Amino acid sequence: MIQHLPALPVLIPLLAGALVLLVERRGIVAQRVVAWISMAAMLVAAVLLLRQADQGPLLVYLLGDWPARLGIALMVDRVNALLVLTTVLLAVAALLYACAGWDRRALHFHALLQLQLAGLNGAFLTGDLFNLFVFFEVMLIASYGLLLSGGRGLRMRAGLHYVVFNIMASILFLVALGLLYGMTGTLNMAEMALRIANAPPQDLALLRAGSGILLVVFCAKAALLPLYLWLPETYSRAPAAVVALFTIMTKVGVYAVLRIYSLLFGQGSGALDGWAWDWLLPAGIVTLVLASLGVLAARSLRGTVSYLVIASAATLFVTFALQTPASVGAGLYYLVHSTFVTAALFLIVDLVRRQRGALGDRLDQAGPMGGTTLLGLLFLVAAVSVAGLPPLSGFFGKLAVLAAVPPGQVALVWTTVLATSLMTLVALSRVGSQVFLRATAWPGADKPAPPGKLEIAASTLLLAYGIALTVAAGPALRYAHDAGAQVLAPGAYIEQVRATQPLLRAPSP
Amino acid sequence: MMELALATAIGVLTAGGVYLLLRSRSFDVILGLTLLSYATNLLIFSAGRLAVGKPPVLLDGLPAELGNYTDPLPQALVLTAIVIAFAMTAVAIVVAMRSNADNGSDHVDAREPGDAP
Repeated sequence: MIQHLPALPVLIPLLAGALVLLVERRGIVAQRVVAWISMAAMLVAAVLLLRQADQGPLLVYLLGDWPARLGIALMVDRVNALLVLTTVLLAVAALLYACAGWDRRALHFHALLQLQLAGLNGAFLTGDLFNLFVFFEVMLIASYGLLLSGGRGLRMRAGLHYVVFNIMASILFLVALGLLYGMTGTLNMAEMALRIANAPPQDLALLRAGSGILLVVFCAKAALLPLYLWLPETYSRAPAAVVALFTIMTKVGVYAVLRIYSLLFGQGSGALDGWAWDWLLPAGIVTLVLASLGVLAARSLRGTVSYLVIASAATLFVTFALQTPASVGAGLYYLVHSTFVTAALFLIVDLVRRQRGALGDRLDQAGPMGGTTLLGLLFLVAAVSVAGLPPLSGFFGKLAVLAAVPPGQVALVWTTVLATSLMTLVALSRVGSQVFLRATAWPGADKPAPPGKLEIAASTLLLAYGIALTVAAGPALRYAHDAGAQVLAPGAYIEQVRATQPLLRAPSP
Repeated sequence: MMELALATAIGVLTAGGVYLLLRSRSFDVILGLTLLSYATNLLIFSAGRLAVGKPPVLLDGLPAELGNYTDPLPQALVLTAIVIAFAMTAVAIVVAMRSNADNGSDHVDAREPGDAP
């Protein structure tokens, strides 16, 4: 059983998704039971995987027992073990929020959620480029269903834009795969890295074109300039439980960039050594500035949080582009923190929106606020964390990011990160005063119902993850630093994948 | 000659696809996506090099050398890509029809140019 551990985070949700469909006729309780059992099993698997990955060597799992260069291999190192655990923890909170009652109204919610998790975990774990495409599609198809379930009117328009944009990105992904396969003759990432490093000079132009197209695809998913325009509208119109899970989807794009451009085109890859990062640093910085301006200018609560998601992805591009173990490590810590805190903000903002009656999530005027001090408190904690103020995880994340900047880049990166943090702080203070401090008493007697206990619990859980990251900042940063060092040393990676032999099948000549 | 024919086909399909994709009606956009996916399928197919009349799997009596066989992997990849593109087109059509029904317009922005937002 333990040797099959790397495949479990993909298999469990696939199985559970099928089971949920089977028990759908038996009512909502049966679906919830299956979903929670699957979630618990995934959590156990993800924690075990993290512990095993932290021992150092890469885990390679050969699906179907084919050698890695012929078949599909799953690879687990510290980075993707961390991301799988983050995904599962996030999904627990999203499921908890949906179980407050929204899942009754959304058709097939539980099945789609499980399939989306299978896609996310698979995209993180796979070591094969075409398999990455397939898991991207699994994740996206489930996300279309989640985004559109029960939707009407303008949400359909946002949905059409999202679907067309993502199909276009998938087509580009296939074009890039065609070019790279044509040049290298393999789809396994480690094997491809080796062949790119030894590529003859006449192949370099097409390889560079293929990797450039691939970069466009990942940056479109990760919402990097100028490909982020789809995100605010889509995320503002998605249901809260769904959009909380979507905050990890931009991180899939960031992870794919980190993996591909440090393994295939990273250190020791000959003529194409790290070419992408020279582009990603300025793109990340400009995106960060524009996203922070977006946070300042947003006219709705959910729009504000959507721009915060873009800003967090842009910060990650900046830190990863610096390409030192410390900066990548700091970026990974920041990734986990920002995923949890933006998801928490989406949930809190959804609760706040329901307390404001007809005004909803509009920010242009202060209005009545039916709700409680509790919501204000939750918003305050999340805002402090996302703006990077002490004492919460955002502060440690930004501190680690700033401390890891190499001397040559300090002026540029420090100025951008600090200035955008200030802009975020100003924007969130304005939101807080507009919504909470300037709120008027509720006119009339029919106050909106207070938020459900489960919904509060889900938001608190996400904030608690952030607090746990603060309390355990030492071990977490140590782990992230090791992960950064591991992902920047592709040589050991390639060796281990090639050295892994099938267990049952005789090695082919 | 065959290379030229295939490259022209890919180029024409891509040009038509991009033109349709940039139009403002959701039906045209979906047609454009379909044409683009055809172009991509041909491109992936050509990544395995063009060969006529060669088997993709090992045959008895034919030496197991690369020159005697064609690459089977791109064909499998194209099959996967076709299935996914087919499903995606269906999803896009459903979403477009629903948007048309709900918002009363086939325009991709769900309102006619000149209408008040």
